[in-house]
Amino acid sequence: MDFASWLISTVSRALAFGVPLLWGTLGEIYAERAGVVNLGVEGMMILGAFMAFAVSQSTGHPGLGLFCAALIGGVAALLHAFVTVTIRANQYVSGLALSMFGLGLAGLLGRGWEGKPLGNTLPTLTIPGLSRIPVLGPMLFQDQTILTYLGIFLAVVLWLLLFRTRWGLAIRSVGENPSTADSLGINVTLVRYLCVFFGGLLAGVGGGYLSVAYRPAWTEGMTAGMGWIVIALTIFAAWDPLQALWGAFFFGALYHLSYRLQAYLAPELLKLMPYLFAIVVLAISGLGGARWRRRAPGALGLPYVRGER
Amino acid sequence: MLGVPKERPTHAEQPPLVLLRDITKSFPGVLANDHVNFEVRPGEIHALLGENGAGKTTLMNILYGLYRPDSGEIYIRGEKVQIRSPRDAIQLGIGMVHQHFKLVLPHTVAENVALGLNGTPFWAPAKVVAQKLRELSTRYGLHVDPERRVWELSAGEQQRVEILKALIRGAEVLILDEPTSVLTPQETAELFKVLRRMKEEGHGIIFISHKLDEVLEIADRITVMRRGKVVGTLLAQEADKATLARMMVGREVVFRLSKTTCNPGEAALRVEDLYVRSDRGLWALKGISFAVCRGEILGVAGIAGNGQRELVEALAGLRRVERGRILILGKEVNGRSARAISDLGVAHIPEERIRMGIVPGLPVEENLILKKHHRPPFCWRGFLRFLAIREFAKRAIEEYGIITPSPKTPAKLLSGGNIQRLILARELSGRPAVVIAAHPTYGLDVGATEQIRQILLRQRDEGAAVLLVSEDLEEIMELADRIAVIFRGEIMGIVPAAEATLEEIGLMMAGEKRVKVEG
Ligand SMILES: Nc1ncnc2c1ncn2[C@@H]1O[C@H](COP(=O)(O)OP(=O)(O)OP(=O)(O)O)[C@@H](O)[C@H]1O
Ligand SMILES: [Mg+2]
Repeated sequence: MDFASWLISTVSRALAFGVPLLWGTLGEIYAERAGVVNLGVEGMMILGAFMAFAVSQSTGHPGLGLFCAALIGGVAALLHAFVTVTIRANQYVSGLALSMFGLGLAGLLGRGWEGKPLGNTLPTLTIPGLSRIPVLGPMLFQDQTILTYLGIFLAVVLWLLLFRTRWGLAIRSVGENPSTADSLGINVTLVRYLCVFFGGLLAGVGGGYLSVAYRPAWTEGMTAGMGWIVIALTIFAAWDPLQALWGAFFFGALYHLSYRLQAYLAPELLKLMPYLFAIVVLAISGLGGARWRRRAPGALGLPYVRGER
Repeated sequence: MLGVPKERPTHAEQPPLVLLRDITKSFPGVLANDHVNFEVRPGEIHALLGENGAGKTTLMNILYGLYRPDSGEIYIRGEKVQIRSPRDAIQLGIGMVHQHFKLVLPHTVAENVALGLNGTPFWAPAKVVAQKLRELSTRYGLHVDPERRVWELSAGEQQRVEILKALIRGAEVLILDEPTSVLTPQETAELFKVLRRMKEEGHGIIFISHKLDEVLEIADRITVMRRGKVVGTLLAQEADKATLARMMVGREVVFRLSKTTCNPGEAALRVEDLYVRSDRGLWALKGISFAVCRGEILGVAGIAGNGQRELVEALAGLRRVERGRILILGKEVNGRSARAISDLGVAHIPEERIRMGIVPGLPVEENLILKKHHRPPFCWRGFLRFLAIREFAKRAIEEYGIITPSPKTPAKLLSGGNIQRLILARELSGRPAVVIAAHPTYGLDVGATEQIRQILLRQRDEGAAVLLVSEDLEEIMELADRIAVIFRGEIMGIVPAAEATLEEIGLMMAGEKRVKVEG
């Protein structure tokens, strides 16, 4: 294989593989910007994956499948919001429980569907005109689904929303210092609920993408740890939607490249690769300069109680 | 925005803007407000005075919707209301400047002001506010750069932001909980001009401060609280400092300290050509040198943000020394840990009480032994000895008059003044050789201020070398034997306190005069 076609396929696959990571990370960024860690991404994604598959298979509409995937992710996230924001239980424990719960539930529900391929998959697009540009065309504008472009668009919009609008200001303030936001009349509970819910919606879509587009079939545990990579990516991206964009595609490329090594490496080692990368990358980003700009939201992980000193 | 004065009936005929009736609020172990009655009329500045822990902040937090009262009623403009959250309070036209700043540190000044502000656009709210803010801050003489991030600002500047936040919202009732504690005299004067203007426009203002002169200058009426109860309300014209202090504390307060002449001994703390960087990596101290002798207080005067914080941190072993030497009792301590320095007999009373002075979640008694937990009698083969700790804590609470429900109460629940007493009790136990005190009386009531100043003088008389960093010039003039003035990381001169004039020090603080440094 010559270099050009190798590059084309690598970039194109990296994009495709980065999509679920991107959606999940964008959602987690919003939850964490509001001060709530949701370690349940893996659970929300697998529920989304199952839901999208089941609905697409039964109705023949992958779009409807994705919509339902978003909903189930959102509902699962609301559960987390209730436990952590209203009851003020430990966010990390609740999130872990949500992951386990999601994996278990999806496994249970998916028994009858195991291994079945999907009839109607999410169509891939060939963008007229652009796809004919040499090299770039096949790299970026062929064989991608709508979710790739929607994800990129979403990252830009979410960045603008977070850093350039009233809402974004409220969200960031709630995550940094909820008592200040509260004293200025911001409804901390509402902001946190909405952000966690929104995070769930996106994680659901990310999961759904896997089962209706990337690998159109249902297999138990098909998210294969992507939810955990999302958590790492959120930190790696310094809670910034635009940085999440290239972070997600960078990890997409790493995933893809490690698959290319299949012939040479033990499969167990292969599975470890993304996690290994995550640790290395986090360590590197922790060392770099400008650390104050990369720091976590000030109230991340802390429940808010009005009037507590 | 500030309202245009309308045709109003004379103020006396109107119902009070705010009427608090029989407000009671208890916390575990304390009755913070005990059947409190309080009112504010339109066009009035009503000052609220009281010792640390008297319950002033609690009362205001109830009015602002942060706490729910156990019982009692609130009337706004004559109508009974329920205030369930700050949101309700804001809608009723109440604004508040909090005692402990409520600012989002990583955000810019403009973003902090724009947060939750009505009438800002959806897109780029901070940009629009920045414009308004510039106008407002020149109009009122409260200068801050809207684009700066709040964590970079000095405490005084942060306070200005808090005040601007309240002003831009144009609340009809404005609560100011110790707004002037870190302002310079000029800034305070500017603030008072603003308050007088608001008063003319018919706003009602609640003003909390421990500085009696200020209160007498600005207030129309003064209400004094003690231990959760209202002691009385009087007209400012009829009040004087001594009466107010007696009402607050329940005893006579001496405003003039008796100070013996100083007999300096050998130098206990010596700083030679010290270079230190600030958090932003710039030079905060540019080669300063001085010495503090046993039995002497050296005051460091200067406007906030001229390197005082970095100096104190370097001396306490909390900041890297880039160049130069620090000698304590003749030993060089560059690069030593904070514990090693403290074990040499250095007491550190930090500027940021809650962040650096205590472990907020730990009980009072454990906070009291934090520096000695690893040594007998508090420790035996790695185990803590609770009886010894309890015994020590009881004595310290007694001796320093710390008001706390019990030694086991988490330190963060104490009022500001009592947290400071706790820190002093810990740091000054066991005869330190060097005392480094940063703003030791900031936010303290008159009684506590007097006590703490006396404690510092006693340390001096017992042979400690005391370095006193303060923005309160009067405090420095009163306590210090020699005064060093710091400006942009350099020492403009060191003068004996007896010969110093306020004017001379002021010029040095502004960097306009330099005196040759002795020895
Ligand atoms: N959230 C809380 N939980 C428990 N106790 C509290 C709480 N808030 C205040 N207290 C207690 O209530 C009492 C009154 O505190 P408050 O802060 O109102 O005093 P203050 O008059 O404002 O004093 P200062 O001048 O030091 O600010 C204190 O004894 C304090 O320890
Ligand atoms: Mg107070």
